[in-house]
Amino acid sequence: MITSESRPGLPAFVRLQFEPVRDAWALLSPEKVMWPDEVSHDILKRCNGKATVAEIISSLAAEYDAPEDVVRDDVCGFLQTWADRRLVVA
Amino acid sequence: MSAPGPPIGMLAELTHRCPLQCPYCSNPAKLLKANTELETADWTRVFSEAADLGILQVHLSGGEPTLRGDLEEIVSALSSRGVYSNLITAGVNIKPERIGGLKDAGLDHVQLSVQGATSEVTEKIGNMKGAHEQKLATARVVRAAKLPLTLNAPIHRHNIHQVEDFIELALELDADRLEIANVQYYGWALINRTQLMPAWDDVMRQVDIVEEARERLRGVLLIDFVTPDYYAEFPKPCMGGWAQDAFMVTPDGSAMPCHAAHTIPHLTFDNVKDKSLADIWDSSPAFDAYRGTDWMQEPCRSCERREADFGGCRCQALAIAGDAAATDPACSLSPLHATMLKIAGQTQAAGETADDFTYRRIGTQ
Repeated sequence: MITSESRPGLPAFVRLQFEPVRDAWALLSPEKVMWPDEVSHDILKRCNGKATVAEIISSLAAEYDAPEDVVRDDVCGFLQTWADRRLVVA
Repeated sequence: MSAPGPPIGMLAELTHRCPLQCPYCSNPAKLLKANTELETADWTRVFSEAADLGILQVHLSGGEPTLRGDLEEIVSALSSRGVYSNLITAGVNIKPERIGGLKDAGLDHVQLSVQGATSEVTEKIGNMKGAHEQKLATARVVRAAKLPLTLNAPIHRHNIHQVEDFIELALELDADRLEIANVQYYGWALINRTQLMPAWDDVMRQVDIVEEARERLRGVLLIDFVTPDYYAEFPKPCMGGWAQDAFMVTPDGSAMPCHAAHTIPHLTFDNVKDKSLADIWDSSPAFDAYRGTDWMQEPCRSCERREADFGGCRCQALAIAGDAAATDPACSLSPLHATMLKIAGQTQAAGETADDFTYRRIGTQ
């Protein structure tokens, strides 16, 4: 379960990298390539295994100038879905 | 029809040589000998072209790719361009230090095939003594090197009762992913279809086991399930659609939309020694043949699923319907779907008393 104290990171088999041919960020995993949108990318790039979910939420709320409560629901929902698919580890 | 955009993935069959002789091998029945294989410089050039083209993932396969002494150089050519490299290996006859060398060269991921969950089944399927223990040892070396690991278990009548054991094995070996992949019947698997076809009840039991395990192991082990075509309701979008986002290159450099495309006799393939990957992707006649939806017949042409599954597998359509442009008979909307189910039932019954496998060997077909 993702909580505000979790420190999410990307598993060793997943890599987030910029792809110049398509001018887009790509998330590479063993069998799939995903194309995170801007918001997803802003969350994923903060998943470094060090920052807590609470810190990620504060940082995003500041960047988007949005209330933390709203950001929290979105971020926790996103991270839980990705953790269930083993694309994020916490 | 022109290319839909740049390709995402490429499967590189580096060699057809292999220490195992699995009777469902995805290589063609007519295997290529070592002296026809591309040189190191050919592959490194091809991978550079692949990166330029926008390819993000290359699966290094065979045969057994570690039989290429230049595999480290090949992996380096990919990692230096940021291409995700996946080694698809049988995990036998590999010196442990080789794994560390591949990791140092920038390898991203290892996919290890497991033929059985026990020595007995692994040895029978691969026709190699001691293969099982070697595979387990390789898996442990891979994890000790901190390389991500997927186990791939091709499923058929001789191991469908081991699906739970494969899940346990994946957990025991600390794998990140497990593929429970029901055998697809073309090439060698079509030759051995009678010996391999599982029974309906076993297939249904397998589905329940996989669904339960996926729920129980959510966030722990990712289980990918490749469903059995002969018992399907809808076909798979083979290769994500013909020449839509991936393709493969054979050991001698032929660029094909899928493993089995050579079974479609009217197709001719370009070779990476003669043309750039960009040219091949854009205008190879074999890639254009079934790209998109324009080639489709009914019931595919007007089907709302036509861009979800692209009509299924062209090679299976040819093998069963006798027409590569027909709807894949795995689809319940195909007029031949009942025939396919009947074939499954008949071959499965005949398999009870069938002779031994026709093992995959160079020169036997």
